[in-house]
Amino acid sequence: MTKAPSGTPETVESLLPGADRGPAPARPAAPGDGVTDPLALDAGLRKIWATGPGWQRFAAVNHSVVGVRFMITSLVFFTIGGILAMLIRVQLATPDSGFLEPGLYAQVFTMHGTVMMFLFAIPLFEGLAMYLLPKMLGARDMVFPRLSAYGYWCYLFGGTLLIVAMLAGAAPDGGWFMYTPLSSKPYSPGIGADVWLLGVTFVEISAISAAVEIMVTILILRAPGMSLDKMPVFAWYMLTVAAMMLVGFPPLILGSILLEAERAFGLPFFDPLRGGDPLLWQHLFWLFGHPEVYIIFLPAAGAISTLVPVFAGRPLAGYRAVVAALVAMAFLSFGLWVHHMYTTGLPHLSLALFSAASTLVAVPTAVQIFAWIATLAQRRRKPDPEARPKASVPMLHVFGFFFVFVMGGLTGVMLAIVPFDWQAHDTHFVVAHLHYVLIGGFLFPMLAAGYHWLPLISGRAHDGPAARLGFWLVFAGFNGTFFLMHITGLMGMPRRVHTYGAESGWHWLNLISSISSFVMAIGFAVIVIDLLLTLRFGRKAEPDPWQAATLEWAVPTLPPPPYNFAAIPRIDIRADRLEPRKMAPVMARGEGFLGVARNGWMETTGVTVARGEPDQIVMLPQQTFLPLWTAMATGVVFLSLLFKIYPLAIVAALVVVALFLRWPVGTHADADRGDLPAGEGVMLPLSSEAPVPPAVLALRVVAVADGALLASLLFGGLFLAISAPGWPPALWPELPMAPGVVAALALVVGWIAARMAVRGDVLRGAPMLGVALAANLATLAAMGWMIAALPPLQDHAAQAVLAAVMVWLGLHAFIGAVLAFNALRRLRTGHVSARRRIDIDLLRLWQAGLLPAGLVVLGFPVALKALALAALP
Amino acid sequence: MAGPLSALDPAGPQARAVALLWWSMLAAAAVLFTLVMGLYLWALLRPEAAAKIPARRWIILGGLVLPLPILLPLGVIALVLGESILRTGDEPFRVTAHAQQWHWSFGYPDQPGAAETIDVLHIPAGRTVEVTVSSADVIHSFWVPRLGGKIDAIPGRETRILLTADDPGGYGGQCGEYCGTGHSFMAFDVIAHPEADLAAALAGDTAPQEPAE
Repeated sequence: MTKAPSGTPETVESLLPGADRGPAPARPAAPGDGVTDPLALDAGLRKIWATGPGWQRFAAVNHSVVGVRFMITSLVFFTIGGILAMLIRVQLATPDSGFLEPGLYAQVFTMHGTVMMFLFAIPLFEGLAMYLLPKMLGARDMVFPRLSAYGYWCYLFGGTLLIVAMLAGAAPDGGWFMYTPLSSKPYSPGIGADVWLLGVTFVEISAISAAVEIMVTILILRAPGMSLDKMPVFAWYMLTVAAMMLVGFPPLILGSILLEAERAFGLPFFDPLRGGDPLLWQHLFWLFGHPEVYIIFLPAAGAISTLVPVFAGRPLAGYRAVVAALVAMAFLSFGLWVHHMYTTGLPHLSLALFSAASTLVAVPTAVQIFAWIATLAQRRRKPDPEARPKASVPMLHVFGFFFVFVMGGLTGVMLAIVPFDWQAHDTHFVVAHLHYVLIGGFLFPMLAAGYHWLPLISGRAHDGPAARLGFWLVFAGFNGTFFLMHITGLMGMPRRVHTYGAESGWHWLNLISSISSFVMAIGFAVIVIDLLLTLRFGRKAEPDPWQAATLEWAVPTLPPPPYNFAAIPRIDIRADRLEPRKMAPVMARGEGFLGVARNGWMETTGVTVARGEPDQIVMLPQQTFLPLWTAMATGVVFLSLLFKIYPLAIVAALVVVALFLRWPVGTHADADRGDLPAGEGVMLPLSSEAPVPPAVLALRVVAVADGALLASLLFGGLFLAISAPGWPPALWPELPMAPGVVAALALVVGWIAARMAVRGDVLRGAPMLGVALAANLATLAAMGWMIAALPPLQDHAAQAVLAAVMVWLGLHAFIGAVLAFNALRRLRTGHVSARRRIDIDLLRLWQAGLLPAGLVVLGFPVALKALALAALP
Repeated sequence: MAGPLSALDPAGPQARAVALLWWSMLAAAAVLFTLVMGLYLWALLRPEAAAKIPARRWIILGGLVLPLPILLPLGVIALVLGESILRTGDEPFRVTAHAQQWHWSFGYPDQPGAAETIDVLHIPAGRTVEVTVSSADVIHSFWVPRLGGKIDAIPGRETRILLTADDPGGYGGQCGEYCGTGHSFMAFDVIAHPEADLAAALAGDTAPQEPAE
């Protein structure tokens, strides 16, 4: 009989004699034969996968360790953000309050929004996804564990930078969306705005690396057999979220770079007197900022879509409708950023289009809400309803989510209506709405998720009245704080005022809000104390306490061992209909794929993207201090930019590059190994020899983000040419032809050389890589030449924009040169062959993308001039 | 719901249209909220009844049939309403509003010889007023909640908004966009005069309304 460790009735039937697969063939010395002693296997795997003690903790790369660190750190930032919120409510409790002076109050509300958005919400769901995804998908870790660790350190350092600046009294104070020109140098001369721009960009790097990693993990690191349409729905949510982050974050990163360039070097991107436009910032910010709301909501909705079926004891109703709805939501979310800009005087008809798109988001939202209701409605069909607690603590928070989020959604539709927004915009009505959406759509679901997965993460069972008390205090306190705020706003209270007069009629509304906010804070305190007591004294959780149907509960112990699964199962049915209780012992015996501890290797299976057929063994890297050093060097880059020590910034950036080049060392790609036994009678290549290794897919994913960045920049330039006052400049910045021709030729040569470096089985290596390296350096030099030929960049945004696109191309040519250098070096050290060609493939891919992008950049000056002249009245 | 800055206490057609829109949307939202929460609780507490509805029907009815007939008319009404609020009608009375950290100066191109006023805007009652808004430094927002919505004052641009006060009297105005530490105090007054008295008010002193600051 086969030993495939799937325990559901459907699977068992499909494996009976006469079914396709038949009995497993005899295999000599292959992993996964089920003859291993589970304890010995566990000990062997632990030895390979465990994070070391003491200082070794700083070298941790394991997804469970790093994921938990993300979550705990985000909760620390949540506490800080919450204390800031309390300060706001104390200040606003009574009219004419003198508790905080206006400058300090501005720092407090700016930091409250910034901390909650960038340092709490995003990192919390990243941590949860990082922790859960490999376990749900049947992998032993995320695909780039060192990138997880690097992302964590970047987040920690960037967040700490913001908090330290606040404690030093130099926090940003222009509001969390940092509108120009208030955040420009003349009106924010201090260091606070620079802290925001650099600190947030630092954290964004962490978010982008998380997005790359989440996407590649979901696309490659699934259990064999788990095709995309068999994924647990949470993976679909995170796949969508990762894609949105890759496209949504670059506009903000670009905006931050441009604004910092304006503040530091006087490049006038946002200055209307010199061809800039304050509205450019708003477009770039909300092009990020609106998708951001859904980026925060969707992981939480993914948790709801996972919890509700567990409670109902049946799979999610309308799995395909839900997946379609969330993909629709992702697309729509990029088409409605202008609904934050209804009062900027844009033409009414164009506003109406964005208004229609904004209200349409209600449709995919309603599809999900009714899918959850339908799932709940059908819960009697499960075999033993008594086994599940009827009103579990997670379900209490799901109720909180429904109540609060539905209300936030309804006020969202109201605000999408243009004439209403003309009144409500930037009032406390908006403050109320956004808290209903974010606390309803993120915090309650995350609390539900926290209680649901607490036994998994901590190994402790949780029960008790304190959690219920905490919920009701938070729920009542929240509604008391924010429900009345709708009225406060409509009665005319603008957001961000630090005080108000008694004649306004807002005082009793504000007083009730403030008192309720303290009830909410007490509720959080109850929840935290209860959780800490549970972690310390709680009884041990039994395996799979909720009788869930997803793979993360099939781990051998609670909390899970660092390797997650002693063997990786084959998944033949949708992965939210499994029976973890039956699968766990089978997998613990090593029955399945890679059920051995061999060579000290950290192995997991990789599959084809769509069908989920195993096609490689992904070799994960050992723990290392490299991510920490690299993040520290990155931190030095940001600090030297902040304190304007630019030579040091360049040196530190080169150190970052050098450290990154050391990362591939130790991935066992030093010889052609051929196909290796992977268990279940399957022979697989290591990913260094596989057709689509994770690194190559990751570069494709990065190219999406990079393309979004370039597109945002080109959009910005064209927007200025059409829309900004003071265009075209009196003296158009003409560019010399020669460097353009050099760059165009170099781009073509680099592309051809990279393609010729390896063709089929023929490795032409060194000479071709040398040509590619030289071509990229030529492009870089041509860009330097062009920028030097421009008139002073401070004089007009036209040349500043042209310089920005040249810098983009120069930087990418430099990265191409680094990739060529890396391939040469790896060739010399014997890590590259016709079979092990990742290093060359990365260069090929880079050059293939750089060629069209570079030609667009080179043609951009012509397009910009034509457009600027055409837009003349 | 009354108050010097209350959008729920409208004193002119533009503000009244939005207030009516709000009350209508509130009523619809209350019904929808009750319906959705009712269905949720029904499914939670009476699953044996709720389960008779197949999942597909739940999703189609709730996800498509419920929202679309509400959203489409709402969108049309909003478009028509927005257009009507933006329609000038007969000859409006033109004024300019120039924002600067942290006060407003108002000009009167239709009233030659009238001096600029600071933080007090004089308008005729019962006649549409077209305000052209600009800024000298950062982004501000011109907002008189009882007379109409708000429009941003953006450096390098001119924006416009229409307001009407039905009756003579004083109406509160406030900067609506955070503009620095003086934002909370960047308020102004709008005084609507009977049309016949406006010239006198503008020609005469504006001292009584001069702000304390």
